[in-house]
Amino acid sequence: MKTYHMDHLDRLESQSIYILREAYREFKSLCMLWSIGKDSTVMLWLARKAFFGHVPIPLVHIDTRYKIPEMIEYRDRVAIEWNLNMIYGENRDAIEEKRTFPDGNTDRITCCRHLKSEALKKTLSGQWPRFRMDHSLRKYVPDESRTPYTGVIAGVRADEEGSRSKERYFSPRDSENSWDVGDQPPEFWNQFKTDFAPGTHVRIHPLLDWTELNVWEYIGRENIPLVSLYFNRGNGTRYRSLGCFPCTTPIESEAATVSEIIAELADGRLSSVAERSGRAQDREDGGGLETLRRDGYM
Amino acid sequence: MNIVIIGHVDHGKSTVIGRLLADTGSLPEGRLESVKESCRRNAKPFEYAFLLDALKDEQSQGITIDTARCFFRSDFRDYIIIDAPGHIEFLKNMITGASRAEAALLVIDAREGIQENSKRHGHMAAMLGIRQVTVLVNKMDLVDYREEVFSDLRDEYTAYLRHLDLTPLSFIPVSARDGENIAEHSLRMPWYSGHTVLRQLDLFRSAEDASGAHFRFPVQDIYKFTGSNDDRRIVAGTVLAGSIEVGEKVVFQPSGKQSVIRSVESFNTPSKRSAGAGQAAGFTLETQLYIRPGEIMLKVSEPSCEVGSRFRANVFWLGRAPLVKGREYKLKVGTARVAVKLAEINNTLDSSDLVFSRSKQQLDCRDVGECIFETVRPVAFDTVSTNEATGRFVVVDNYEIAGGGIILENLSSGQTPLQRHISERERHWEYGLVRLPEREHANGHRAKFILFTGSRGSGKRSLAKQLEQELFSRKLHVYYLGLAALEHGLDADLGYHEDHADERLRRIGELARILTDTGLIFIAVADDADDYAIEVLRQLNAPNEVLVVAVGDHLLSRFSPDLQIPAGTDDSAAVERLNGMLATREIIADYHI
Repeated sequence: MKTYHMDHLDRLESQSIYILREAYREFKSLCMLWSIGKDSTVMLWLARKAFFGHVPIPLVHIDTRYKIPEMIEYRDRVAIEWNLNMIYGENRDAIEEKRTFPDGNTDRITCCRHLKSEALKKTLSGQWPRFRMDHSLRKYVPDESRTPYTGVIAGVRADEEGSRSKERYFSPRDSENSWDVGDQPPEFWNQFKTDFAPGTHVRIHPLLDWTELNVWEYIGRENIPLVSLYFNRGNGTRYRSLGCFPCTTPIESEAATVSEIIAELADGRLSSVAERSGRAQDREDGGGLETLRRDGYM
Repeated sequence: MNIVIIGHVDHGKSTVIGRLLADTGSLPEGRLESVKESCRRNAKPFEYAFLLDALKDEQSQGITIDTARCFFRSDFRDYIIIDAPGHIEFLKNMITGASRAEAALLVIDAREGIQENSKRHGHMAAMLGIRQVTVLVNKMDLVDYREEVFSDLRDEYTAYLRHLDLTPLSFIPVSARDGENIAEHSLRMPWYSGHTVLRQLDLFRSAEDASGAHFRFPVQDIYKFTGSNDDRRIVAGTVLAGSIEVGEKVVFQPSGKQSVIRSVESFNTPSKRSAGAGQAAGFTLETQLYIRPGEIMLKVSEPSCEVGSRFRANVFWLGRAPLVKGREYKLKVGTARVAVKLAEINNTLDSSDLVFSRSKQQLDCRDVGECIFETVRPVAFDTVSTNEATGRFVVVDNYEIAGGGIILENLSSGQTPLQRHISERERHWEYGLVRLPEREHANGHRAKFILFTGSRGSGKRSLAKQLEQELFSRKLHVYYLGLAALEHGLDADLGYHEDHADERLRRIGELARILTDTGLIFIAVADDADDYAIEVLRQLNAPNEVLVVAVGDHLLSRFSPDLQIPAGTDDSAAVERLNGMLATREIIADYHI
């Protein structure tokens, strides 16, 4: 009898693929949020696994125009290389009216709310314009579709911070995008909430059971190309979590390769430091991220 | 591996987890020291549970904890420990947590003994199919590590679990506070020679051991990414049990279609020739079959699964509205979705007070009951004793998963719900004074339902219309109905969702029954109708008959069509053959006259 040994990463991969296929089957209007970070890039890779090299789901990125430039460059390069249906949205008014941090007169949380939460909400609902990569022109053109997305795949992990450890794989959001943490539907075995009332949508979380270390181990195993900001490029620093440049600081680290990052995570030096500690908006008020997440932030 | 930790409030679940994290070195650096320091400052004795609470507090930022997950790694493997809340209000969360687990640690306080939740959670574990349960008899330090306390509790609880058909793998006497028998053998309980908790965790078997079982592959979807220049038609899903190799013969249930595995597909891996339990996989087949998501792919060489539309099950109900007879729900079993009704309730158990009843007519929230369900069409499944993963289902009520259950027995002999529907309909059918034979006589031809089927783009539609024109020109009573006309008319209330496929089918069948009764030759087309769809239409159209014309590929396995028109046949030649068939079947008089 041949045995099929599956290690922990194999199981995580298999479960994530199952979730992605379930989402693709059940949601006619589905998209995947791609932040360009390592987690959602792993998720994108898992989609290629699930759909045998294809990504039949549009990828949505919310551009704040404050993203570190390498991120956008990397996004467009990968979008072309992997033939992705790439879409971005943004809060054009807030950016033009400078309702931003630090060069406008708002704090970090309000800036996040404008440039990310609100832009995300209105892009998903189709109220604001979407821009789609035209592969023949190799540039973005206004997207004709204004159809609201009813299934939104996001790369959140349970170990990132407390509120995320309570997420379900398939998590309903009401028409205001808000999340009722106290009263979530049950998930029995591998049966998820794939039915939803008109006007509501479902967030789908294929990476919920992955830890930061699992993500890096998988990146190493599959040789997934990442944006170079995650690695020390000679100045003794690297980013552990990516965001907008005014609010994201790198950590001190010599790790220049995936295996060096895994060693760094495994030796415990970073274990007393939260992964998102370089993300200033989390600390702005007591429950920064929780407040933002109830409001639809990813 | 996912492990759930369950048990009565204050029996020490958090302490067990805290101790496991500490003793395996899984805590963030300095955390143990800082919690100890804060206890010292507040002059309260340090407890390992505080460690967990400190982690949760830090993580939770002030909102109520539900099913939190802790991660740790033994020398052997990675674990996700799911801390399931003990309070009854958190039942949905407990179920969610526990149903993800491959094994459970059930904690009982040695001094307090078996309490309400010890029983309820044991019941849940059995219900949810967690077969690997280890009972930790905790707080042994409070009973002076006496062996008879442990063995009395073990005997009493074993007897209780036997009712539930659950045999624990082991009982371990522990003191989580002092770390006795957690990671190290206790010196204070020399009478205990079994495993430590950590060792027991490493001994739990994981799902991959299902690779020795019979092959089960619920079809999740069929992919064909033609738009990206990929011609593979891939049957996708997750192997739940057993394994399969290229070249093996497979059968799909409930359709009964057969083929052979041509290839095992994957992305960014070395090429594969086999797939086994636990793997998300994809296959191409030697023949092109029309199969639907929700079918189970099995090996021809192995015993089949159950196929049926009536089964007995244990159900756990969590819905806001009760589970009642007569209402239509949606059943999700494996990857199949089908409309279902509750037919009978054999008995119920109220999980909040553990009161048993034989007289309840509905299942209220938190009731567990043994019930009989009927689906509108046959589905493939297993009884839970044959294969747990294909023997489990959920019931969706008003967009929400409202209950879950395990199938105990297939009861599908006897009449199907469809057969009952039809015999009811026929019993009540009100005829006029003119009957069909008289109409047929007057018309000079027989009434008939002619169904054209074939894959999309096979030309069946244009052929059907030409047949109508040809017959009409010869003064026959014939009518072609485009199904698109139904979509925005008769079926406008149904929408596009696949859940309504059965109802759409029923309406076509009922229409055919009426139209053929008027003496018409009624012509309709269906994309890729399978054996099941044709059987349903045949039954619904009865007592009148249906003729099946397959255009292009032959997609049926059990039924052979009445006429097969190969792809690329010239339309007039095809109409000629159709005329020939109608003549030989004595539906119309010889057309050469």
